[in-house]
Amino acid sequence: MRLTQGAFSFLPDLTDAQISSQIEYCLKNGWAVSIEYTDDPHPRNTYWEMFGQPMFDIRDAAGIMAELQSCRKTFPQHYIKLNAFDSALGRESLRLSFIVGRPDKEPGFALERTEVGGRNVQYTTRSYAVERPEGERY
Amino acid sequence: MQQNSLSNGNGAAVKPKSGAARYKAGVMKYAQMGYWDSGYQPRETDILALFRITPQEGVDPIEAAAAVAGESSTATWTVVWTDRLTACDRYRAKAYKVEPVPGSHDQYFAYIAYDLNLFEPGSIANVTASIIGNVFGFKPLKALRLEDMRFPTAYVKTFAGPATGIVVERERLDKFGRPLLGATVKPKLGLSGKNYGRVVYEALKGGLDFTKDDENINSQAFMHWRDRFLNCMEAVNRAQAATGEIKGHYLNVTAGTMEDMYERAQFAKDLGSVIVMIDLVIGYTAIQSMARWARKNDMILHLHRAGHSTYTRQKNHGISFRVICKWMRLAGVDHIHAGTVVGKLEGDPNSVQGFYNVLRENSNPMDLQRGIFFEQDWAGLPGVMPVASGGIHAGQMHQLLHYLGEDVVLQFGGGTIGHPMGIQAGAQANRVALEAMVLARNEDRDIWNEGPAILADAAKHCAPLKAALDTWGEITFNYTSTDTLDFVPTATPA
Repeated sequence: MRLTQGAFSFLPDLTDAQISSQIEYCLKNGWAVSIEYTDDPHPRNTYWEMFGQPMFDIRDAAGIMAELQSCRKTFPQHYIKLNAFDSALGRESLRLSFIVGRPDKEPGFALERTEVGGRNVQYTTRSYAVERPEGERY
Repeated sequence: MQQNSLSNGNGAAVKPKSGAARYKAGVMKYAQMGYWDSGYQPRETDILALFRITPQEGVDPIEAAAAVAGESSTATWTVVWTDRLTACDRYRAKAYKVEPVPGSHDQYFAYIAYDLNLFEPGSIANVTASIIGNVFGFKPLKALRLEDMRFPTAYVKTFAGPATGIVVERERLDKFGRPLLGATVKPKLGLSGKNYGRVVYEALKGGLDFTKDDENINSQAFMHWRDRFLNCMEAVNRAQAATGEIKGHYLNVTAGTMEDMYERAQFAKDLGSVIVMIDLVIGYTAIQSMARWARKNDMILHLHRAGHSTYTRQKNHGISFRVICKWMRLAGVDHIHAGTVVGKLEGDPNSVQGFYNVLRENSNPMDLQRGIFFEQDWAGLPGVMPVASGGIHAGQMHQLLHYLGEDVVLQFGGGTIGHPMGIQAGAQANRVALEAMVLARNEDRDIWNEGPAILADAAKHCAPLKAALDTWGEITFNYTSTDTLDFVPTATPA
């Protein structure tokens, strides 16, 4: 499967030049870019690991790209995403988020059904990746 | 009313009467009764309303405006002495400005101020019972339209506002930086639960974020509501597992009674739905009740504006949709259909952008070009996500992004389900077109002019998008709007 979280997952994987120009767009808007990674991309997993703090003070795309390369080197088989955070009043949340690194094989998710009361079903989505311990998943 | 001889007066010259002369039994001009005050400076805490009035032949516009102020606040047709038992000067609404509508010979804009104490806190029903109550049937007027309202912060703060709001909706869905995508299941009536859920599954798995019940799908013989909910949630959860993304289906809980609606909403929650839906026709109080329920139950609340065109579309009579947008933001819905500009339904670009600004911004400056007559501060109330639905397709993606921006749900019903290669392909085409256009916009490309080329490029790696562009690329709905603005006349673009 191909995990389609993030703003650009239906396009071919972005090149570094494309990623860099998205970063420039974020910086131009005054947003802080951050890098996060995970080996459990469950749709409800809100808290991926932070690869350092949001880069409030790095204002050039090259500096952020260098951080991204470092993250890719450390976690070559994890999911990696770039986030852009907007601290403006009334938003104070992400303005853009897109995947910039994936494992070679994406095992996806199982849907578990628990039949309860009549025709009702309770659904649980389970990452196949978490069948193995953290750190050994990809 | 005839004795009131509205036709003889010159309201501008009429001085309000006072003391015994004011309360002599009988009929008196509304302007004389104190409902017109050209020197009135609206208080910060007043609720303001702008009406477009079309007086009957010979009726003085200022007297007509005073009459609207009177009939929408404390007045009746004749003098009553019991006014003197109240702080009636304060309670009388005051028409304070009347001006001719640009380009019209018989229509006037009447500005009216209402004291805050006239209204119950947190009740759209109460606001509307005054502002659009008896007054719309008032005989001395040929027609009357409520164009805009200003709500003071003191009143805004008596409402909780959207149950979820744009920011929290995005965080809950984990989707940022692009419009959301949806589709309404078609045919809207007649499918069995099993077949209906099939459409939901295909569309969500193919790449949409949401699918939607239509306004009139409730609980009919061909598909009872529980069966629809069960099948749709199987589809939503299957698609979620297949893509790793949060998905949703707007389960329409509209029903004949509040008890039925609560029962349906509870079942949607039990099945794990992130969103439920209601229709505008359920009424303002029912909407506020459902908004409270949604806030309490972590549910996004989608509103379909079924019925609005009966009173929003004609320029001279009814209510502008921008007022409905304001009421609905206060009432607390999270989504509202607010026009597409380019699709099959009414809406000129500037008006629609005005609606979107009312729904989304922290505050609105006066903006006559977009039909916004008053400054409005939303005082921290969350934004409502506008929904663009009706006759739009992937080939218009650059226009949609240009006109509507990012915080919007773009709904491609026919453009998804009618795709020549199937529903999944239709969904994929829309998602690829959207992501390609957002990427290009962020790269600072001129999407307005380069849009078709950007789509053609994206179609090189996406056969479904190519098929969509080949099928619908040239389709436009090029009709002139009926609800146009008075300050910048514009035609609906192709």
